[in-house]
Amino acid sequence: MATPIVEMTDISITFPGVKALDSVSFRMFPGEVHSLMGENGAGKSTLIKALTGVYGIDSGVITLAGETLSINSPAQAQAAGISTVYQEVNLLPNLSVAENIMLGREPRRFGTIDWKATRARAAELLTRLHLDIDPASQLSSHSLAVQQLVAIARATDIDAKVLILDEPTSSLDADEVAELFRVIRDLKEAGVAILFVSHFLDQVYEISDRLTVLRNGALVGEYLTADILRIELVHKMIGKELAVLDDLEARSRGTSAESSTEKQFLEATGLGRKGSVEPFDLRIAEGEVVGLAGLLGSGRTEVVRLLTGADHADTGEVRVGGARKRLRTPRAALRERIAYSSEDRKKEGIVEDLSVRDNIVLALQADRGWFRRIPKRRQDELVQSYIQALNIRPANPDALVGNLSGGNQQKVLLARWLAVAPRLLVLDEPTRGIDVGAKAEIQKLVSNLADEGMSVIFISAELEEVLRLSHRIAVMRDRRMVADLPNEDITVGQIMSLIASGADA
Amino acid sequence: MKTLDIWRTLTRSRLFWPIVTLIALAILNVAVAPNFFSIQVKDGHLFGSIIDILRNGAPTILVALGMTLVIATRGIDLSVGAVVAISGALACTIIADAPDGNNPATVLFAVAVSILFSLVLGSWNGLLVSVFGIQPIIATLILMTAGRGIAMLITEGQIITVSSAPYKVIGAGYWFGLPASIVIAAAMFVIAALLTRRTALGLLIESVGINPEASRLAGIRSRGIVWTVYIFSAVCAAIAGLMISSNVTAADANSAGLYIEMDAILAVVIGGTSLAGGRYSLTGSLIGAFVIQTLTTTVYTIGIAAEITLVFKALVVIAVCLLQSPVVQARMHRRKAAPPLPPVPSGTISTPVPATTAGAAS
Repeated sequence: MATPIVEMTDISITFPGVKALDSVSFRMFPGEVHSLMGENGAGKSTLIKALTGVYGIDSGVITLAGETLSINSPAQAQAAGISTVYQEVNLLPNLSVAENIMLGREPRRFGTIDWKATRARAAELLTRLHLDIDPASQLSSHSLAVQQLVAIARATDIDAKVLILDEPTSSLDADEVAELFRVIRDLKEAGVAILFVSHFLDQVYEISDRLTVLRNGALVGEYLTADILRIELVHKMIGKELAVLDDLEARSRGTSAESSTEKQFLEATGLGRKGSVEPFDLRIAEGEVVGLAGLLGSGRTEVVRLLTGADHADTGEVRVGGARKRLRTPRAALRERIAYSSEDRKKEGIVEDLSVRDNIVLALQADRGWFRRIPKRRQDELVQSYIQALNIRPANPDALVGNLSGGNQQKVLLARWLAVAPRLLVLDEPTRGIDVGAKAEIQKLVSNLADEGMSVIFISAELEEVLRLSHRIAVMRDRRMVADLPNEDITVGQIMSLIASGADA
Repeated sequence: MKTLDIWRTLTRSRLFWPIVTLIALAILNVAVAPNFFSIQVKDGHLFGSIIDILRNGAPTILVALGMTLVIATRGIDLSVGAVVAISGALACTIIADAPDGNNPATVLFAVAVSILFSLVLGSWNGLLVSVFGIQPIIATLILMTAGRGIAMLITEGQIITVSSAPYKVIGAGYWFGLPASIVIAAAMFVIAALLTRRTALGLLIESVGINPEASRLAGIRSRGIVWTVYIFSAVCAAIAGLMISSNVTAADANSAGLYIEMDAILAVVIGGTSLAGGRYSLTGSLIGAFVIQTLTTTVYTIGIAAEITLVFKALVVIAVCLLQSPVVQARMHRRKAAPPLPPVPSGTISTPVPATTAGAAS
């Protein structure tokens, strides 16, 4: 076995009120894919940011190829050969693909940028990723998945000894993941050490050679992937058994038949929007969980945006409790007790610079109007109860939401929507980028809420999850709703074939 | 250890450096003019350098109040100087044209018309920004340039002088032993503070300023909120305009409130409110306005030559802004790198780290 290229020894980092990393050690070998595993808030992102110079470390030593490294900025890390693709795509949407790939490293001629060479080099990198897009096109004109691959193209251009991929696959579909893995294997062959973070266990087992598990900012252990069973790994990550999930499945399926006779809460007829989604019909009964399945860009998000007033429809009508309603704004939808939790947590969810408390009360306060402020004591009760019920960490109502981990931000958003006591809760990818433990908690919550009579529309790229939770499943393909079936004896395979071809299940 | 924690909490507060600057300026003044802090009572009225600073600073304070809320929504209001000129011109013209300028009813009418007209002007700005989505700097630039023209039309190109005792009270009179302008500015400050912090308006303004799209999805009527802050800003500017014209008993469409938008924006920035929008501090802007006014006074008391006055002011402002900059703050607190900050225009903004004691716990 070779000597490690990266060695991080006894790294500690403290944030105001949080010990983010407590004496964690971590190493990487050249030509190996090393997965970093752990729940939300386990310290994965923090460890990565320590390695890439985004955060300074309070104590500990980082060595690269045997030499002690003192990294104070991402630029230094890059110069040392450590390159990163972060969880949230950090690119410039208003620039071209080529500019994004080559930003800061444009080939120069006589002191000015050689645009021809820039585009040529970018095209070359895109070809290597088998990505057939015009380097001169604007980045924002492409899907999130393509943007992710552009970010990887950018990272692989730098002469990287170490490549860090933080949740690179969370917005990619199966083909794109396969594509990415091919690229990863190429880089591995070339001797690059790759740090891979993903919540998809399948992917972790498929691609990685070695695993390091973190929990609550501390190191649990380092293992060879071949030596550790999945169930052991999950156990190490969350430190408790996960019997809840099986329990959940049995319950959800058991109740699916009876709920179909219930009262309809929302009925959409011929609802559609040009260029966004073809007209569709959808009915949701009280206490029913409707799953929306489909690939990225299939129109599943567009469907719920029309139902929740985030976009307004140009055809069709919506009835809520039998009465015709015009849901032209999110505010109008919220008036009907329809709450929408967007898939884009950062841009359309949290209000970063506000506290956990303010984020939780926001929608409720907006509904009451600015003049009728929720009394401080009532806020405290409300916020405290959600922090406990959803297990939000840190349990500090005054912490800034921007400082929380992704999973905890998601829980804060859930709390915001639950606080308005919705009758229909629309959850668009609520479990994306979230660890197993928090995922189970959210799924359990959805199931409980439905039992109490709340209707839920649930969108997830993970079909198992959709099947586990939903009473009914609507399938989207190419911006059309191609199927709407009760969840009785449906398999993932059948949904897959619907998504793929629209053939009858 | 404990005192260190308190010190750290204190220096992290966004009001720390503005207050230190204010104290430093005061000490400088006392060193040159030992009677700087002395306040005399003449005819039941208070006199002294401090009182002068407060009185002369009142218009800037008012304009800065409105500006703070506008900036919190990611906006900016360049038209305040023009609104100052229009409101002064309107009030003075009405009083000058009235048969009896000393009649309190006439003055009241003039004041009411000016303020009502400022509602129209503010609505115009708000309309352009919130409904038509024009960038605030451009939208308010329109009124900034056109506004002085409107003021000229009102005064027909003349400087309108008025001799109205009731009107003079606003800018130069006394209420309860204090200059009336101080009382008015204080009242507006209290109203603004109560209106935004006792209700949920402040939270909603900050939310819209930090993340407009998330706020929309949470059901906040951001259009109404943005519109409201521009109207409030115009009303503040109009009252400032009344004060200024009353103080000099004349309306000068060309020079009334000239560059007051710059002073107000500077006051907001010194007070620690980010030009990127979001979290704001009215108290900070108040202190910022004091710093600017004290600075102007200091220039006179210590007898700085007129030609280097602006340079001196600039140096102090640069110092305060640098002390508040994220980079210097991070250095001072020996954090090797702060959590990622949003892109900040003009680099003169304090860190978004709140001065809670949460950090002291661990």
